[in-house]
Amino acid sequence: MKLSGADIIVRTLIEQQVEVVFGYPGGQILNVYDSLYKYQDEIKHILTAHEQGAAHAADGYARATGKVGVVMATSGPGATNLVTGIATAYLDSVPMVAITGNVPTTQLGTDSFQEIDITGITLPITKHNYVVGSVETLADTIREAFRLAKSGRPGPVLIDVPKDIQVAVTEYTPQEPVEPEPRQAAKLMRIEAAADAINLSQRPFVYFGGGLVNSDAQEELCELAEILDAPIGCSLMGISGIPTMHPRFLGMQGMHGHYASSMAMHRADCIIALGVRFNDRVTGNRAKFATNAKIIHIDVDGAELDKTVSAAHSMRGDLKLTLQKLIPLLTPKKLPEWRKTIEGLKFEERRSLDNRPGLTPRAAILTLNKFIGENTPVATDVGQHQMWAAQNLCFSNKRRFLSSGGLGTMGFGMGAAIGAAVATKERTVLVTGDGGFGMCLNELATAVTYGIPLVILIMNNGVLGMVRQWQTLFFDKHYSNTVLGRKTDFVALARAFGADGAGAANLEELHIALEKAFSSELPFVVDCRIDKDEFVLPMLPPGGSMDDIITRVELGGGENE
Amino acid sequence: MSNFTIAVLVHNEFGVLNRVTSMFRRRRFNIQSLTVSETESAGLSRITVTSSGLETDKKQLINQLYKLPDVCSIKELDLVESVTCELMLIKMKNDPETRTDIRDAAQAFGAKTVDYTRDSITMRLTGTSREIDAFVDLMRDYVILEICRTGIVSLERGSTTISKMEI
Repeated sequence: MKLSGADIIVRTLIEQQVEVVFGYPGGQILNVYDSLYKYQDEIKHILTAHEQGAAHAADGYARATGKVGVVMATSGPGATNLVTGIATAYLDSVPMVAITGNVPTTQLGTDSFQEIDITGITLPITKHNYVVGSVETLADTIREAFRLAKSGRPGPVLIDVPKDIQVAVTEYTPQEPVEPEPRQAAKLMRIEAAADAINLSQRPFVYFGGGLVNSDAQEELCELAEILDAPIGCSLMGISGIPTMHPRFLGMQGMHGHYASSMAMHRADCIIALGVRFNDRVTGNRAKFATNAKIIHIDVDGAELDKTVSAAHSMRGDLKLTLQKLIPLLTPKKLPEWRKTIEGLKFEERRSLDNRPGLTPRAAILTLNKFIGENTPVATDVGQHQMWAAQNLCFSNKRRFLSSGGLGTMGFGMGAAIGAAVATKERTVLVTGDGGFGMCLNELATAVTYGIPLVILIMNNGVLGMVRQWQTLFFDKHYSNTVLGRKTDFVALARAFGADGAGAANLEELHIALEKAFSSELPFVVDCRIDKDEFVLPMLPPGGSMDDIITRVELGGGENE
Repeated sequence: MSNFTIAVLVHNEFGVLNRVTSMFRRRRFNIQSLTVSETESAGLSRITVTSSGLETDKKQLINQLYKLPDVCSIKELDLVESVTCELMLIKMKNDPETRTDIRDAAQAFGAKTVDYTRDSITMRLTGTSREIDAFVDLMRDYVILEICRTGIVSLERGSTTISKMEI
């Protein structure tokens, strides 16, 4: 059948089983929006308050489901507003397709109104991008974009469609949804060599990240740990990858990781690293990182191998398939000594837990834990609250913790929570801070308009807590521009948007507020008051090693505000 | 730190050179020499790039190249097992006092005079980068007006071709 380019875009999305598109219309994508109008019974569009929110929502949708998230925007500022969202998805390997309109082909390169070189801008933050050159190649370009977005290490792909291509007409034949490129296990020779090294180990440690979830290799991971009698730790991106209560799970690694988890990795003689990229926030000083350990590194992206730390055995391959070949080569272990060490570390961690009475950050998250269900997605922004959430939230199912790990995008959470709620149809939680919430709170309007049941827990300390924490520790308490001193009444603000809210100044009030929030028909903001001098601990100072870990901070002296 | 030369076959798409060099810039790989040309297949271009770094840098560079969807195949060129050359045009000041010396040197290196005027001599030299460097070094004794070098092109000896390589 003959269709316009705009119709082809929408029909191809439908063909690729896209149910929801997030976006914002504008001059150079009007034709596509006309097609969305035409096909509104087959594909839903969620209009956000800002294109950044749409990009984060598509990202959240993808994180919560594993499907490709789709976002649309017009040319120029519409396209540039997507950039932070695309970069966030790129750094966290989230499959996304972004479609932007652009000025007609003949006007490209002439600085027309709202013309921007978005493919140039997004070159380093997409897996690939396209300017569509003819309507005949449009459908296949979109299909190719979906294939790329979900193949191997997932990521965002952008398609820029000039206006004349949207108008032009050509033959369109629907096709089946594209399949990602077939997965491959690592080379057997390498797997065998790694198995030999693992079999010699006395203190093995299994460490996983977001790649594990993408490969759906949770079962294999747990089996591996069982055979090796090994503890399990994860990166921020791995959280919710396996149930938090799994008996072998020690929690998150890194700068603010769990003490036992970080220490166990530090003491291990063999680290089996699965779908991680040894980011500086995990390793600290790389020269002092896990010096006693042989690292076995498996990742689907060959460029992650030996990039930041050099592994004894590194192999490119799909985690699930590779583990399936590795596990039969391993000799089952019983390691009572190692287990005793781990128990000792866990005991030490429990002893140093923050058990102060009252509304501490940890108490706030533990209270939240009582309300979140098995399938409740929890998104965060970035900062102290993010780390408190990562340390203390309890998950049963994968893809339920949504956090900007790589790029560390404040303002990510609001859009991501909307996307996750749309995807899962579950009441979704956003844990945020007053700083991060302030960045993208406009999306509260979106949540209200579409009746999306969000519970927004603002850990409100009136300061940019994480930056302030660094200023306290490393900048002589020079609190330069981290004290917000705003007069915002978040509960009144929620009501102004058509949402609801309640304040909480102590644990009891928090409990009551959350009770209301979790039974509310409307998006609900809980303004939870936290002391500005709360710290995220433990803390591995930047560039430090496990020997420099900070587990206590004494606050003496005055402030320099 | 050592130099290495890599040949990359890429889809002959709009902007592909930008994609490749953008990755070099972003990942902080230097480019010492870069040539791009069409190949025996209409849809493919060949990029020959020389960079320098540690073994791990080289591995990282190849792995990053491999991730670009437009890249079809990659091959590190061993300079012993390859035929490698570069072309240079060099324009010298034509001075009666130095004319003979320049011509003698040109003859020794096999540089061909391709343009000759009252004030200038332009010569063309093909050879390895080292030969060209040596010739330029000699010419520095006289007045060099302009130099233009193509960068390295390289093919493996024997019947092996890059398109048959597994990456």
